[in-house]
Amino acid sequence: MNTRGWRHVAIWLLAAAGSVALSACSPITPWVKPYEREHLADPIMSFTPNPVSNTYIDHVYESREGARGATGGVGGGCGCN
Amino acid sequence: MNPSTRIHTRLAALAVLVLGCAQAGVLPDDRADILWHRYNGGGITIQGPSILVRKKFGDHFSVAYNHYEDMISGASIDVITQASPYKEHRKQDSLSVDVLHGKTTYSAGYIGSKENDYKATTAFASVSQDMFGDLTTVSFGFTRGWDKVGELGTTRNDAVERRNWQIGLSQILTRNLLLGLNFETSESEGFLNNPYRQVRYLDPLEALGYAYEKERYPHTRTGNAGSGQLKYYLPWHAAVSGSYRFFADTWGIRANTAELGYTQPLFHSWTLDTHVRMYSQNQADFYSDLFPFRDAQNFLARDRELAAFRNLTMGIGATWEYHVSRFSWLQKGTINVRWDRMHISYDDFRDLRVQGVAPGTEPLYILNANIFQGFISFWF
Repeated sequence: MNTRGWRHVAIWLLAAAGSVALSACSPITPWVKPYEREHLADPIMSFTPNPVSNTYIDHVYESREGARGATGGVGGGCGCN
Repeated sequence: MNPSTRIHTRLAALAVLVLGCAQAGVLPDDRADILWHRYNGGGITIQGPSILVRKKFGDHFSVAYNHYEDMISGASIDVITQASPYKEHRKQDSLSVDVLHGKTTYSAGYIGSKENDYKATTAFASVSQDMFGDLTTVSFGFTRGWDKVGELGTTRNDAVERRNWQIGLSQILTRNLLLGLNFETSESEGFLNNPYRQVRYLDPLEALGYAYEKERYPHTRTGNAGSGQLKYYLPWHAAVSGSYRFFADTWGIRANTAELGYTQPLFHSWTLDTHVRMYSQNQADFYSDLFPFRDAQNFLARDRELAAFRNLTMGIGATWEYHVSRFSWLQKGTINVRWDRMHISYDDFRDLRVQGVAPGTEPLYILNANIFQGFISFWF
């Protein structure tokens, strides 16, 4: 790529970075409105519908396997209640 | 003899799951769960209760308590080849509080666990924050543990210290699709091996052709795990989920876990679910099924957990939901059963119950287990 080509890419990158910076100054509009979260609030959509059962089965696995962690223990949730 | 000392430590760490799964911006439901679990496989039976109670006090404060027990009996392959059958009873109690302030939930808790030769104390704290119109939930957590390792018949009283850092992200992608991302770093320091377990090495002077010596592990271990999971709502009122996790640690273990699940409500009050889970790992750097001679290297392990193997687990579950109009305080209740079939095939752990063959040519060990859970839940 020649110098003109690199300059073209740099302008586009700066324009993209500027757009991101400007959008950060305004509140983000949720693209899924609260009234559109009916399906997400259904109990079948929970990652851990039965914590006492999920914890037990994870315990069974981790007692016999070398890997551990990143099973979502510190929270999360879909924010859809 | 305790074949699985580290189970204790992990049990304590996992209890954070049952207590620390509050969502940001909303406190967990008031509910009670009474579960009976039973694991049967590899010559041992492990069963016991787990009871969880959650209760809100006002709009900003919630408390959870969990009592868990493992009653272990039988003789695993390690016990059959190296020691005598045994019975063991492990108990764990956990207490946590959640405080909701605006879009932020602060959680903290304590876990105490003990058996006759192992005691674990764990404290944890986490914070979760809803943001971007509640499309995103970000969580940070820290867990700290202090263990005491004993050995029956001796005065051993060694220490283990544990630290875990967790980051979680939950994201609404579309009106039907959820994404969860988690990353966790775990660090352990102290006496990390099982004081009872032994490795074997070639010894032509022995009738079997091999002899035993005690395991020796490094005194530190650091692991990193990253996972992602997706859950999608299907048009006919069902859900499908998929997840993947990668794990790597300083002992040389690399592990992959993938899981697929499907949930289908039926007839208004029934929910059926099924899932399949695939796991594989390579062996730890200092693991060997058969060492060439005594004290062959600084660190020695023949723990199946550190061997190379594949685990395939398939499970099904059913839930029946009911309402009792007579009890106004009871919003709803469920009766649940779940059965999992686990199949582990080891690549470099041999079945020493087979004798009369040259050391190192015994058949590879295979573990099949049935895991049953039955529990009732109340929302009040």
